[in-house]
Amino acid sequence: MKLTLRVWRQKNADAPGAMSTYEVDGISQDMSFLEMLDTLNEELILAGDDPVAFDHDCREGICGACSLVINGDAHGPERTTTCQLHMRSFEDGDTIDIEPWRASAFPVVKDLVVDRSAFDRIIQAGGYISAPTGTAPEAHATPVPKPDADFAFEHAECIGCGACVAACPNGSAMLFTSAKINHLNVLPQGAPERETRVLDMVGQMDSEGFGGCTLTGECATACPKGIPLPSISAMNKEWLRATRKVRR
Amino acid sequence: MTRTLWDSSVGKKTIMAVSGLIMLLYLVVHMIGNLKIFFGSGEFNHYAHWLRTMGEPFLHYEWALWIVRVVLVAAVVLHAVSAYQLSRRDIRARPAKYVHKKPRAGYATRTMRWGGIILALFIVWHILDLTTGTVHSGGFQSGHPYQNVIDTFSTWYGNLIYIVAMLALGLHVQHGFWSAAQTLGAGRATRERVLRTIANVLALVLTVGFISVPVAVMTGVVS
Repeated sequence: MKLTLRVWRQKNADAPGAMSTYEVDGISQDMSFLEMLDTLNEELILAGDDPVAFDHDCREGICGACSLVINGDAHGPERTTTCQLHMRSFEDGDTIDIEPWRASAFPVVKDLVVDRSAFDRIIQAGGYISAPTGTAPEAHATPVPKPDADFAFEHAECIGCGACVAACPNGSAMLFTSAKINHLNVLPQGAPERETRVLDMVGQMDSEGFGGCTLTGECATACPKGIPLPSISAMNKEWLRATRKVRR
Repeated sequence: MTRTLWDSSVGKKTIMAVSGLIMLLYLVVHMIGNLKIFFGSGEFNHYAHWLRTMGEPFLHYEWALWIVRVVLVAAVVLHAVSAYQLSRRDIRARPAKYVHKKPRAGYATRTMRWGGIILALFIVWHILDLTTGTVHSGGFQSGHPYQNVIDTFSTWYGNLIYIVAMLALGLHVQHGFWSAAQTLGAGRATRERVLRTIANVLALVLTVGFISVPVAVMTGVVS
């Protein structure tokens, strides 16, 4: 396959960026999108140019490190992560636009790399349970009803990649935050901190400068893990409940 | 708790949802009242007069009407201020646009902000036209709403403003009702279809119900 790539290049956080055009040849349909970028970078390095910076880690679709808005879609045309997107989803001769996540809470570090530590701070605000660590407790000591376990699992799938924020026209982190809150709040282990968790995490989300939710549904469409849109409603319900019940 | 509601984006959305639902409830009642025009001037004017005597003798003349007006003004102001502040936040959160643009979301979803501004301007015109009579075409007669309505819809611009605003209303309600349900925590996968259907039916019934009046005047069904 021969492709034309239009890639966002930006030297650092303060420098202005622009789209640069590159030609790549000899791309196999079986390559992942990141391997295609590796090919481009090898050529750039050999030519003495600066390679394109992009985030990646496990390349198995489970770590949430990879990002990229490909032709206007977060993680590209398939419902998966960029690392699990294969070049067979494109045609020979295609022009592909590659841009970083866009949100003021996710400032560009370099090229396609953005700083997603705002997500870490939302987690630090309450995305955990306060429990003594040590050996794993006996699994049957705390029974969890099957529907609750399913609900928790569905939300625990969130890998925190930030595609929801990138896809949202308001740069809102509601889907991410709701996945983390719903995952813990439905379980007995999460119950003692149920109210403070939702209030603190939503508060942190707001102070990070993410936008609000206007229910466009773009986040749930982009989510590679299929976190459903009603998760946001479930979080709103938790938040409203917490404003009435919280004891500080 | 009031502070928490106002300061949080989720809380402010709650205020928008509740104030929106109050206005929606009023609109349903208003629309049903408007349809009385099809039963002649006697019944329509009598209904309009009853709105002023509603609640008597417990309430004084027009008190019930003023209570409704105060609640509605509060709802409109809270709705608009929240919308303005939330929109500011949303725009700030996404300063850089994507180079590769894609059509996003439905028409109703994308037109919420402009639609809301159109509706706000319409409400001002509507009150000046048919409540105070300030910009009314022809001689505005207090206490003769039947004739006043016919006067308004006998002008091309009266019909145009009204029909455009009612189409904007339908779109606003279609996305607004469903969004309000999500904001208030009523959304879940199994209820999705029911909520969407209620939103669509409400939007359609309100738009058709309101637009039927100018259409009836134009076609001479009501004269």
